[in-house]
Amino acid sequence: MIELTLALGIGFLVGSGIWLLQRPRTYQVIVGLSLISYGVNLFIFSMSRPRSNMAPVVTSGTVDPAAYADPLPQSLVLTAIVIGFATTALFLVVLLVSRGLTGSDHVDGREPN
Amino acid sequence: MNSETMLMMLIALPFAGACLAALFPPNARNAETWAAALVTLGAVVLSASLFPAVATGTPVRLNIEWLPTLGLSFSLRMDGFAWLFSMLVTCIGFLVVIYSRYYMSPDDAIPRFYAFFLAFMGAMLGIILSGNLILLVVFWELTSIISFMLIGYWYQKADARDGARMSLTITGVGGLGLLAGVLLIGHIVGSYDLDAVLDSGDLIRSHPLYVPAICLVLLGAFTKSAQFPFHFWLPNAMAAPTPVSAFLHSATMVKAGVFLMARLWPVLGGTYEWFWLTGFAGAASLLLGAYFAIFQRDIKGLLAYSTISHLGLITLLLSLGSPLGAVAAIFHMMNHATFKASLFMAAGIIDHESGTRDMQKLGGLFKLMPYTATLAMVASAAMAGVPLLNGFLSKEMFFAEAIETHADSILDTAAPYVAVIASAFAVTYSIRFIHAVFFGERPADLPREPHEPPFLMRLPIQLLVLACLVIGIIPAITVGSFLHIAVVSVLGADTPAYSLAVWHGLTVPLGMSVIALIGGALLYVLLRHYLAHCEEGPPYFRRLKGQRIFERVLVFVSWRFARLVEATLGTRRMQQQLRLLVAVSLVAAAIPFYNSNFGLGLFELGQIDIPFALLWVIGIACAVGAAHQAKFHRLVALILLGGAGVVTCITFVWLSAPDLAVTQLLVEIVTAVLILLGLRWLPKRWEDTELGRAPISTKLRRGRDLLVAAVAGLGMTLLSYAVMTRPSPDTISGFFLRKAYEEGGGRNVVNVILVDFRGFDTFGEITVLGIVALTVFALFRRFRPAPDTIESPEQQRIQAATDEERSDRITGQTVSDYLLVPSVIMQWLFPVIIVFAAYLFLRGHDLPGGGFAAGVAMSAAFILQYLAAGTVWVEDRLRILPVNWIGLGLLIAGCVGIGSWVFGYPFLTSYSQYIDLPVIGEIPAATAILFDLGVFSLVVGATVLMLIVFAHQSIRRLRAAKISTTTIEEVA
Repeated sequence: MIELTLALGIGFLVGSGIWLLQRPRTYQVIVGLSLISYGVNLFIFSMSRPRSNMAPVVTSGTVDPAAYADPLPQSLVLTAIVIGFATTALFLVVLLVSRGLTGSDHVDGREPN
Repeated sequence: MNSETMLMMLIALPFAGACLAALFPPNARNAETWAAALVTLGAVVLSASLFPAVATGTPVRLNIEWLPTLGLSFSLRMDGFAWLFSMLVTCIGFLVVIYSRYYMSPDDAIPRFYAFFLAFMGAMLGIILSGNLILLVVFWELTSIISFMLIGYWYQKADARDGARMSLTITGVGGLGLLAGVLLIGHIVGSYDLDAVLDSGDLIRSHPLYVPAICLVLLGAFTKSAQFPFHFWLPNAMAAPTPVSAFLHSATMVKAGVFLMARLWPVLGGTYEWFWLTGFAGAASLLLGAYFAIFQRDIKGLLAYSTISHLGLITLLLSLGSPLGAVAAIFHMMNHATFKASLFMAAGIIDHESGTRDMQKLGGLFKLMPYTATLAMVASAAMAGVPLLNGFLSKEMFFAEAIETHADSILDTAAPYVAVIASAFAVTYSIRFIHAVFFGERPADLPREPHEPPFLMRLPIQLLVLACLVIGIIPAITVGSFLHIAVVSVLGADTPAYSLAVWHGLTVPLGMSVIALIGGALLYVLLRHYLAHCEEGPPYFRRLKGQRIFERVLVFVSWRFARLVEATLGTRRMQQQLRLLVAVSLVAAAIPFYNSNFGLGLFELGQIDIPFALLWVIGIACAVGAAHQAKFHRLVALILLGGAGVVTCITFVWLSAPDLAVTQLLVEIVTAVLILLGLRWLPKRWEDTELGRAPISTKLRRGRDLLVAAVAGLGMTLLSYAVMTRPSPDTISGFFLRKAYEEGGGRNVVNVILVDFRGFDTFGEITVLGIVALTVFALFRRFRPAPDTIESPEQQRIQAATDEERSDRITGQTVSDYLLVPSVIMQWLFPVIIVFAAYLFLRGHDLPGGGFAAGVAMSAAFILQYLAAGTVWVEDRLRILPVNWIGLGLLIAGCVGIGSWVFGYPFLTSYSQYIDLPVIGEIPAATAILFDLGVFSLVVGATVLMLIVFAHQSIRRLRAAKISTTTIEEVA
């Protein structure tokens, strides 16, 4: 049942993120993007059909691929985590600079009428 | 030197010359001309020496694979036709280079002129010699772009800019059409190779895509050759320096269109559709061009319309589908280039010497410059088709073809009349040019006193006029054999019998010539007085300006239409854009769901892993809570976000991804710190209205957003569940697992993939990371805090006020002692975390850890110092220089990559071995570790840079506050 739990978790993370993505305040959007990135990272990770106790750290000698978790989605997600951090930082700066320049934290840079 | 090498050199030489010419100093006019003349002369010699090889009848070929999978090769091919054209281009190019030396003023940017001139010549030779249709289109576009540069050479003049832009727009659109047409032809034939295409005429003509293909190809050819209705860019291109007009608008660029039509004529021509399209465009250009030319005041304008007319003649000849017509077309291409280039150069001399090109102002120049006048008269006679000159011969062939019946239609019946009328017009404008400029009253108010130009400026015209005469008198002996190999290479076995002679007896074409000559001369006599005073532009058509229509269309497409689309379909509102984006992705994701019969797969309620389920109950609660609290309770939302992050992290541990867990945890910390640093600059917001009191429209909007979010979440759940419950297909992961230790020298497969197997991707990724950090840094230089956030935070103000009230405390003491114990602990943690980072780094290749995780850990050590003691304290004691870390990291990673070249391996090949160090023991020593060191250094630099610029804003705030208080004091 790990699959169902994880799938529900991904769904809620992405759903909450998408809700926030449509909100008017920049801070809501940055929280939303972070939630979506958790969800998407887990989704990519779930492509490896995860199981417990199969970390892809091999021993010497002949290797049986079936005995280890799929390392490829993991390396993809690892880079995604780091790049996600970088884009979060970038967005945060844009958010703050925009707030400083326009005086508003609305995503359009001005308060709605 | 074999012929293939010579062919390659012929293309390469002008481009190399262009690069060389660009490097000359601006005032080296003579040296520059010498260099350009040598380059062009070299090209002439190269083409000439290819004649023996081409004369054998088999084309000279050179094939270099470029993108073989796309059927694209850099293949050059020179047959007789291409040879004749390349001789024409190189010879006229050489003459124009000499002429330009005297035409261009020392104030002009000479290096730019010759660089583009030579590059243009190279591009034109490229069109002529391409043996692959795609390559031809590449060179075709290149000529459009370089001609834009040349027409706009005097970019300080508005008409030069406008003319350049118009020609680029029109020929550029045509070029796109040609590309599409060529792709269609390639699709039909299955190859872009010119020989293969020339062999499949029947296949192409019978294909359903034939009509679209010729429409597109002809769009390219007509725009390039300034054929009706795309003719109007050519007169506007006359703003170019005259040498450019002499080269581009007589011999080369405009000839590219008719060249292409002749080149593909055996394959595309001879059908009814081809006849109508080219016949109509050709006849209209022939007639209208000649008519318009009569009424121009500008000499170059007259020559430009005359060029349109003559190119129309060639197009009309190619429309007929008869081999004799094709012979006449090829012959006329040569003849027109010879006399038109010399006329343009003569026009340039007149302009240069007298300071004007307006025929109503000029007059009586014969006495002042008799040589130039004589040369211009001979060349104009050739343009008018006077016997004993080359223009007469091809025009005679044209008349002979015009009276033949090819396809029974109105166009065909009208052809002889159109031909005679257009020829009469040609006579009229030729006489007008000569009479208005060289005879009559000599005006007193010319801007300059005209006299004969230097000998070398006249020499190119003399040579060309001599060619007109010689070809006109003894055609068979002089050009007969060259023309023959060109004709045979186009027509092959269909080559008709034709005779190049001045006298064919008393024939109908001769009669037509006589009528045209007399009629044209009479027309000039009638129009003489009108032309001497009339306003610009031909009667009846004066108001109908192609240029105006073009501008209207441009304004409509690029402004009004764009505005309309923007107003109806666009939005400036971010929320709507994002909503649209989500909606589109939902639809795009739903289509495959629907199409491939989505099923959830095996749904078994097997053993429930209760701890894991509980974990996710918390995770889901955190996610939903963060979404709910993000508007009014930012800190709560941040904490809940962190909670969701930690649950994600534990999930990674649970499901065999220790590396991800380590990295996620560390990144989580750094992100939280970053956002905490940012929170301070956001406006305060209190929950003022209850949800119940929100207007109904807001409720509806929220309901819709909730629905979108719910659908997206459900979709992700279904999708990931469906994937996870299906068996994994065979992927390349097995390979990585098997080879990681054997070839990568590491046990931690994830790390080996990152630094070894996919090292190049990681290299790109850390570059991106570095760029993002620098961008954050650069953006913050522009940061100005909003007025309401300049003041120090409320808590600090209360603490400072307490200090002031109490006599035993110094102001600011409470603030500085804030959280003293944690601060001290954090300061002590500095070396501990550094050791931890080193540990993470060193074990990375064999056990979970690695450069990314170590880098983030290390940056946490730095930021903790900032948190513990404040920015000023840290920077007094520690010089971190994060930008240097970034640079060093990229340098190490790059050098490790390049290092493998030294040993003859591809970029970033790694080498691994275990070495035994005293005390530490056996450690893995793969070059990938060095690469990982680069990753580590860059991640440290980038993360610390971002954190520091955020932290630094607290200092900026003080400064900003100080400035605002001083201004307030000043005002007071």
